[in-house]
Amino acid sequence: MNSIVTEQKITNNNFSIKNTLNLLAEHSTIVVFLTMMFAAYFLSDKFYSVANITNVLRQSVPLGLVSLGMLYVILTGGIDLSVGSIMALVSVVVALVIPEYGVFFAVCSAVIVATLMGSCAGGLVAYFKIAPFIATLAMMTIARGLALIVSKGQPIFVDDVAFVDFGTGYFMGLPLPVYVFLFFSILAHFIYKKTTFGRLVISIGSNETATRFAGIPVERYKFAVYALSGMACGVAGVIAATRTGVGSPVLGLSFELDAIAAVVVGGASLAGGRGTVFKTIIGVLILSVISNLMNLMNISGYLQQIVKGVIIILAVVLESLKTKQ
Amino acid sequence: MQLIPIGISKMVKVEVIMREYSIVMNNVQKRFGGIHALKSVDLKVKKGSIHALVGENGAGKSTLMKVLSGIYIKDGGKITIDGQEVHFTTPRQSQEHNIGIIHQELALSKDLSVAENIFLSDLGFGGALVSTKKINRLAKLALDQLGFDIHPSTRLGDLSIAYQQMVEIAKSLAKNVNILILDEPTAILSEKEIDVLFDKLRALRDKGVTIIYISHRLDEIFKLTDAITVIKDGETVIELDPETCTENDIICSMVGRQFNQLFPEKQIPSEEVVLEVINLNTAKLLRNININVKKGEIVGLAGIIGAGRTEIARCLFGIDLIASGEIKKNGKTLHINNPADAVKLGIGLVPESRKEQGAILSRPIRENITLSNLKKTGSTFGIINRLKEITISNEFRKRLAIKLGSIEDPISSLSGGNQQKVVIAKWLNTDCDVLILDEPTRGVDVGAKSEIYNIILELTQKGYAILIISSELMEIIGLCHRTYVMSEGEIAGELIGDDMTEKNIMRMALPKRALI
Repeated sequence: MNSIVTEQKITNNNFSIKNTLNLLAEHSTIVVFLTMMFAAYFLSDKFYSVANITNVLRQSVPLGLVSLGMLYVILTGGIDLSVGSIMALVSVVVALVIPEYGVFFAVCSAVIVATLMGSCAGGLVAYFKIAPFIATLAMMTIARGLALIVSKGQPIFVDDVAFVDFGTGYFMGLPLPVYVFLFFSILAHFIYKKTTFGRLVISIGSNETATRFAGIPVERYKFAVYALSGMACGVAGVIAATRTGVGSPVLGLSFELDAIAAVVVGGASLAGGRGTVFKTIIGVLILSVISNLMNLMNISGYLQQIVKGVIIILAVVLESLKTKQ
Repeated sequence: MQLIPIGISKMVKVEVIMREYSIVMNNVQKRFGGIHALKSVDLKVKKGSIHALVGENGAGKSTLMKVLSGIYIKDGGKITIDGQEVHFTTPRQSQEHNIGIIHQELALSKDLSVAENIFLSDLGFGGALVSTKKINRLAKLALDQLGFDIHPSTRLGDLSIAYQQMVEIAKSLAKNVNILILDEPTAILSEKEIDVLFDKLRALRDKGVTIIYISHRLDEIFKLTDAITVIKDGETVIELDPETCTENDIICSMVGRQFNQLFPEKQIPSEEVVLEVINLNTAKLLRNININVKKGEIVGLAGIIGAGRTEIARCLFGIDLIASGEIKKNGKTLHINNPADAVKLGIGLVPESRKEQGAILSRPIRENITLSNLKKTGSTFGIINRLKEITISNEFRKRLAIKLGSIEDPISSLSGGNQQKVVIAKWLNTDCDVLILDEPTRGVDVGAKSEIYNIILELTQKGYAILIISSELMEIIGLCHRTYVMSEGEIAGELIGDDMTEKNIMRMALPKRALI
């Protein structure tokens, strides 16, 4: 009891400074994001235009969807490297199926293919106890290989008007894909906050042994997060194809790194158990806005990569400061 | 004028005693929070002797040796090494006084060679480059001096455990150790390997190395050691001479404590057998385990560490697979492949390691309580009813008198005893009627202990069948109706009611290895 009292005294003394610092560290992701949005005003006069903002939002949708799936995988303490390749496979499948069976069937089959690929990774991790890094690395090259075989290595153009219209269309001033992302974000948040599934995923990431010892079939949940991540890639792949009108076997190269970066910048711990949907979305926006800003400022692609890396380090260092406290 | 020579002669005498003893400990104390692990330990070890340290689990043997090797810092008392008073605050300081410790679990790298292991702390002898030739040559020299017939370039993992242990000894002695502590070195050895080890230890003693030997095996102690110190509850009880004392003398001084009023009155259990284990064997350790627990009964599993008590719990809970045998509940044979199966069949486990296995430390108390039975919190389509969850958590908070700030605080914010109550609450929130508690009061202060005992008793009144694993004999005797005593993977015996005495339990628990 004594120590608690003295601790309180100490915090009272440094009230203003320490509490402000704590608050900043607690919401480091948001601080970084707001600072960036503020800086953007001075860095480019084109940034705050309706056309540019809607463009940024539209561009962030595939990364956003994939990151939501990635968040769940990372929450369990795993990682999914296969996301970019699965997106490519999906875009190729959807482009090939549309002329034969129509848009609806094409989208369904593409999402199913993606979920199956994710399930394979999940099965390897959960039931064959293969390290997530290895299992999804294997799935990454398999999915990429499949995409290249199915497409014969060529981009496949989609000439279905409705399909392409969806990618470029608007509703109430916002691009249509943004609504898809909003829907899945709310769903992901709801699952995270309100369901047993979300609760147990966090529990597994926090302490897998104790969760297993509580009588939870841990394998089932681990399997499910990879399947869900696959499904998210399915939707993301379809959206990406609607935007460009092309099914491409080279879509989403190194996309897994962007998605992991978005989740980590959003304050999640790669050890599992920590991370939120809201902050992951902020993480996605941070990455998208950086790219966009640097494009507007005519910064070379090479330099962009360095800046991106620095921002990621900055966000994670802020996060680690919080953990230390 | 005549006083001076007397004073001098006294000083000389003291000097002689100090020389004769390599280690002298006076009134050594160590506390961990509220737990007084070492109350007052006196230990005198003669130079060039093998000195046995015996006592029950938790008596303080390992703590004492960790103090001597600088892993723990003593809170009080005096330690003298070769006449010089010391106060170790780091393992390095202990090493500088040429003290080496060999823990029960070997700390060697399996994929390195024997020589590399021996010189691991300074492979380059101050430089950055490793000369395989040089370390092999020096290792060979060291091993030959000890009479160990081990080739220095052998991969360590290819050696048998006994030889690995010898490498560990060589590693200590390569640093010019002249006090060697061995903490239950034979627990993992076969009989033949033990003979080899003993020969080497005697040879070391004859070269002037002082050895402290911790063991539960009394036969070994008689065979090997020159003096015996018994400690109990963190205090030195007696020093015995293995030439003159008997096994019974040792056991009597290890046990025989005052019974205190920590325990609630026992209730009479029903005759209905709930849990039954028949001829259970595992690939590793357990042999022909037959136990049963009745409704409303508290059954103990006693024995020394490594006897197989936790392994039984792990089998019952589906963590380890059984090789043969049957587990029955209410007469029905169970097929348990994982903990999820066990929980579905109504078996709960409060595991031995609360931090790693029992609690999700970073998560709120509320989530820890409802973890095993989220269905109960009114979830249709897997949606959690937060209000119901809060109600349930608050109910358990009251019922088990869990002292907490808010049920939303992480469980790590609680004391050990209250954490354990939360882990128990988790099972009370399920439909389990068989509860296995593995060391339920480890790291729990006395007040919370008594509360946990009362909770356990309350459960028996509700018809729970309870199996308790404990290294504290008092706990077994005070709480259980019946106890099985385990030794070396087998049930060594069963004790009921007044037959459950510390002496009887210790007699059965100590491994009986045929004297050769």
